[in-house]
Amino acid sequence: MKWLPENPNARLTVKLTAVVSFMFVFAIFIMPPLYDAFCEITGLNGKTGEKYQAVDVKVDTSREIKVQFVATNNEGMPWQFGPEVKTVTVHPGEQTRINYLVKNTTGRDMIGQAIPSLIPYKAASYFHKTECFCFNQQALLAGDDAVLPMYFIVDQDLPKYIKTITLSYTLFDVTDRFSEEELLSMAATGPITLTAEQ
Amino acid sequence: MLKTARGLCAWLLGFAVMLSSSWVLAEEAEQLKFNMTRGVTPVSQDIHGLHMLMFWWCVGIGVVVFGIMFFSMFVHRKSRGVKPANFHESTALELTWTAIPFAILIAMGIPASKSLIELYDTSESEVDVLITGYQWRWKYEVLGEDVSFFSNLSTPRDEIDGFAEKNPNYLLEVDEPLVLPVGKKIRFIVTANDVIHNWWVPDFGVKRDAIPGFTNDSWAVIEEPGVYRGQCAELCGKDHGFMPIVVEAKSDAEYRAWLDEKKAAAAALAELTEKTFTFDELYAKGEEVYNRSCAACHQANGEGVPGAFPSLKEGISVGPIQNHIDVVVNGVPGTAMQAFGEQLSEVDIAAVVTYERNAWGNNMGDLAQPLDIYNHKQGK
Amino acid sequence: MAHGPAKGITRWLYTTNHKDIGSMYLWFSFAMFFLGGIFALVIRAELFQPGLQIVEPNFFNQMTTMHGLVMVFGAVMPAFVGLANWMIPMQIGAPDMALPRMNNWSFWILPFAFAMLSSTLFMEGGAPNFGWTFYAPLSTTYAPPSVTFFIFAVHIMGASSIMGAINIIATIMNMRAPGMTYMKMPLFVWTWLITAFLLIAVMPVLAGVVTMMLMDIHFGTSFFDAAGGGDPVLFQHVFWFFGHPEVYIMILPAFGIVSAIIPTFARKPLFGYSSMVYATAAIAFLSFVVWAHHMFTVGLPIAGELFFMWATMLIAVPTGVKIFNWVATMFKGAMTFETPMLFSIAFVILFTIGGFSGLMLAIAPADFQYHDTYFVVAHFHYVLVPGAIFSITAGVYYWLPKWCGNMYNETMGKMHFWLAFIGLNVTFFPMHFSGLAGMPRRIPDYNMMFADWNMISSVGAFLFGAAQVMFLYNIIATIVSGKKATDEVWENPEGLEWTVPSPAPYHTFETPPEYK
Repeated sequence: MKWLPENPNARLTVKLTAVVSFMFVFAIFIMPPLYDAFCEITGLNGKTGEKYQAVDVKVDTSREIKVQFVATNNEGMPWQFGPEVKTVTVHPGEQTRINYLVKNTTGRDMIGQAIPSLIPYKAASYFHKTECFCFNQQALLAGDDAVLPMYFIVDQDLPKYIKTITLSYTLFDVTDRFSEEELLSMAATGPITLTAEQ
Repeated sequence: MLKTARGLCAWLLGFAVMLSSSWVLAEEAEQLKFNMTRGVTPVSQDIHGLHMLMFWWCVGIGVVVFGIMFFSMFVHRKSRGVKPANFHESTALELTWTAIPFAILIAMGIPASKSLIELYDTSESEVDVLITGYQWRWKYEVLGEDVSFFSNLSTPRDEIDGFAEKNPNYLLEVDEPLVLPVGKKIRFIVTANDVIHNWWVPDFGVKRDAIPGFTNDSWAVIEEPGVYRGQCAELCGKDHGFMPIVVEAKSDAEYRAWLDEKKAAAAALAELTEKTFTFDELYAKGEEVYNRSCAACHQANGEGVPGAFPSLKEGISVGPIQNHIDVVVNGVPGTAMQAFGEQLSEVDIAAVVTYERNAWGNNMGDLAQPLDIYNHKQGK
Repeated sequence: MAHGPAKGITRWLYTTNHKDIGSMYLWFSFAMFFLGGIFALVIRAELFQPGLQIVEPNFFNQMTTMHGLVMVFGAVMPAFVGLANWMIPMQIGAPDMALPRMNNWSFWILPFAFAMLSSTLFMEGGAPNFGWTFYAPLSTTYAPPSVTFFIFAVHIMGASSIMGAINIIATIMNMRAPGMTYMKMPLFVWTWLITAFLLIAVMPVLAGVVTMMLMDIHFGTSFFDAAGGGDPVLFQHVFWFFGHPEVYIMILPAFGIVSAIIPTFARKPLFGYSSMVYATAAIAFLSFVVWAHHMFTVGLPIAGELFFMWATMLIAVPTGVKIFNWVATMFKGAMTFETPMLFSIAFVILFTIGGFSGLMLAIAPADFQYHDTYFVVAHFHYVLVPGAIFSITAGVYYWLPKWCGNMYNETMGKMHFWLAFIGLNVTFFPMHFSGLAGMPRRIPDYNMMFADWNMISSVGAFLFGAAQVMFLYNIIATIVSGKKATDEVWENPEGLEWTVPSPAPYHTFETPPEYK
């Protein structure tokens, strides 16, 4: 390479510096997306996927899957938050709606973000959400409450040994990440935009 | 020179003998606490077996390697007038001592892999417990049973500070233990509220990171009734060493009775919320709650720690009472002040607010009733 | 035209001489060793008996954090760079390091980094208190304000290490004496070459991870915050991707030092030179694919657990090869046991014990009991203290006569060894037991069932500390008033460094020697 310096020490320094810069970029810009992709594939950490496009499938009535719903409030999130029904039994392939109930009990307007996590991890890629409040932030004015719906389908290909799925939502306070106007417009739209009452 | 080498040999040999004998002793007298517990679940017993297997492999390899080394150090000394050999290469030897360890590793790895697969099989559980780590306490929720409670360290402050004699369960005791049935497959679902914690009970062989925003699971079948103690095993801040775990394993009937008792207690508490308390009742109860939940940061004398935790002899406890209640219930975002609304009952919060407003010479004279707290929590 | 050093303070500030810079690195790391040692003694004093006596839990956490950071980045790594500065040019017949001005710079930014890190102890909210592994979110959302200074300090340390590594690679690859092919280089040079490549690969990752922390704390990103779609576990993956090679960075040069010392005192050439080189390279390579064995309890998928368990166990093979080679080197030699040899033999034995506990920790199911207990503390102190500290000490005793021209006091050297050896075992061996009995690490107070082991450990720690004071005295006494050493110092030692006079002149090998 002609543009490299003549002096062998300087040449080596340039090359090694390039390696250093690459590793730095690798750590910040490549490892996180790589890790996310990896999590998505393996279901590591129970990260559930993005919005699912429902396909027409037969409901497998021969199998029953117990789905448990739990809720955790992260530190600094005083809202009341929890599933309306704690357990449902579903057949693979059938779409089910469940609700979480939420109430902003504080005197402040706030924005919450629910983060899902599913166990066993193996089931994460077989658990499809066609609509979920966790896809967006939820803004609630002081004292307001809301019903947060979630539609899901358990895939027929769910491994046979999995009979129970536990879906946990942790609610975080993300008010600081948004401006006052954003909060108000979010609150006006309501907790969730349903594409259709499926 | 000769003396030194001989001394080295003798000392190391003595050391080795001492060690191996101590391990043998440990086998006989578990209470000496030399060794890993055998535990009371299939997983913990598997792990103990693996641990001992690995230990004896290591002892065996150590005896051979150190044996040759000490033999050489003793015999091949210049002071004995030996002439050094000059060999320095042998491909055959190198291959041998690459291949043999390789074979040993496979012998170690196969049982380990089997145990690991068993350890990961959380399916078909009969009891599911949601465990949430908080700075610095645990919350337990028995899924499907409507039982949910916090479990705090109950060791008195005086024992920690050395003003009182330490009891045998020092730092390994809690106010509300988790009760579980023996002989049933229990699944622990672990998460956290703030930072990463780790729920560890050695006797169960269960150790799982509790990560905020994510869930993990693990399982146990407890084979013997008893009281099992553990600790948080991931650095989680100041009081990482002060958030123990206590699990009482009981018969199924006793477990059922405990669930009923918990539900009854929750109902009674709800009733208490309606009750009006006298100042003295609130103050006495408040002192107790304060020492358990607040004193770690704000100190027993209410003065806090300058720069870290504010003094309660000024500020909110001597300001408007609604404001005071709000801080305790909802916390202060971006600071170490947590929202206690979920962790403490209405009665407890009313009591502690009353206490803080009237202790250490604050003399505000007012008080909060549980109903005030309930209304505040409802956003009224 | 050989001219000597400049006079006064400017000699040290402006120097580009590898010997001066090597000495400064060594003295600096010695100072940090004592600083980190004081932090350790605060920890051991608090843990002497149950109950809180001396420090608050928060300050205790600051001590564990600072002890780890100062020992890893301040004591061990600069000490190895110091040895590399002194010895690599002399061992390969080069007149100096390849990039002498950068060499000066890479040393002189270090004191600033550690001044900044130490100053956090006096800041509001205190020093970093989240452990040397600084797991998010404890080190981000929940960190004291001083975390920003910690991040800058880590950046500077990283820059220093990277510059040092570039310099070492350039020196080794470009400045060897005629005739010194790669497979004729002394093992210390080989291990350092591999270490330097590890540094180049992973120090930027450390810089990356602290940069992500910085952005999460101050610029609203959410790399490690679940609320914004991040993941605290990602932190651990990135950290240990750096962290595992990092622990080999702290041990590979030690292998090189011991491989120089054992043949000298066994009066027999090193057994299996080429297998040593291959084993070192294999260890370095494997260090990149085992990082998640630090995270067995974090909830990896089972396939991940199995992969990382088997990969970790595999490291025992090349490590075993090295141990066997050292034993074979001693076998049928004519051994004497001067201080450097004593430290090297203790290295082989105790590092092997640390390797055994490492093998046990590699067994993923068993790690569910060992993880984050004192068993782990015992393990990594058994590999780091005899591994890094003993080998550095051995290297200092071995080469000190060459550096300053005077022989150290052998009796005092032996006393230092025995005190340190006993102190170390008394400190760290009981930690195996307290860990197995169930004591978690990083706790300031504990139940009485752990009391006996902790008391023994604390006594041992103070003994070990006292031994190091003796080391300091011995070094100063040697420099000031030691007996003259011969040029060869030892009986027929291998290596170009012994062909120059003692003390080594300010400039050596200005005309390259012919290496056979």
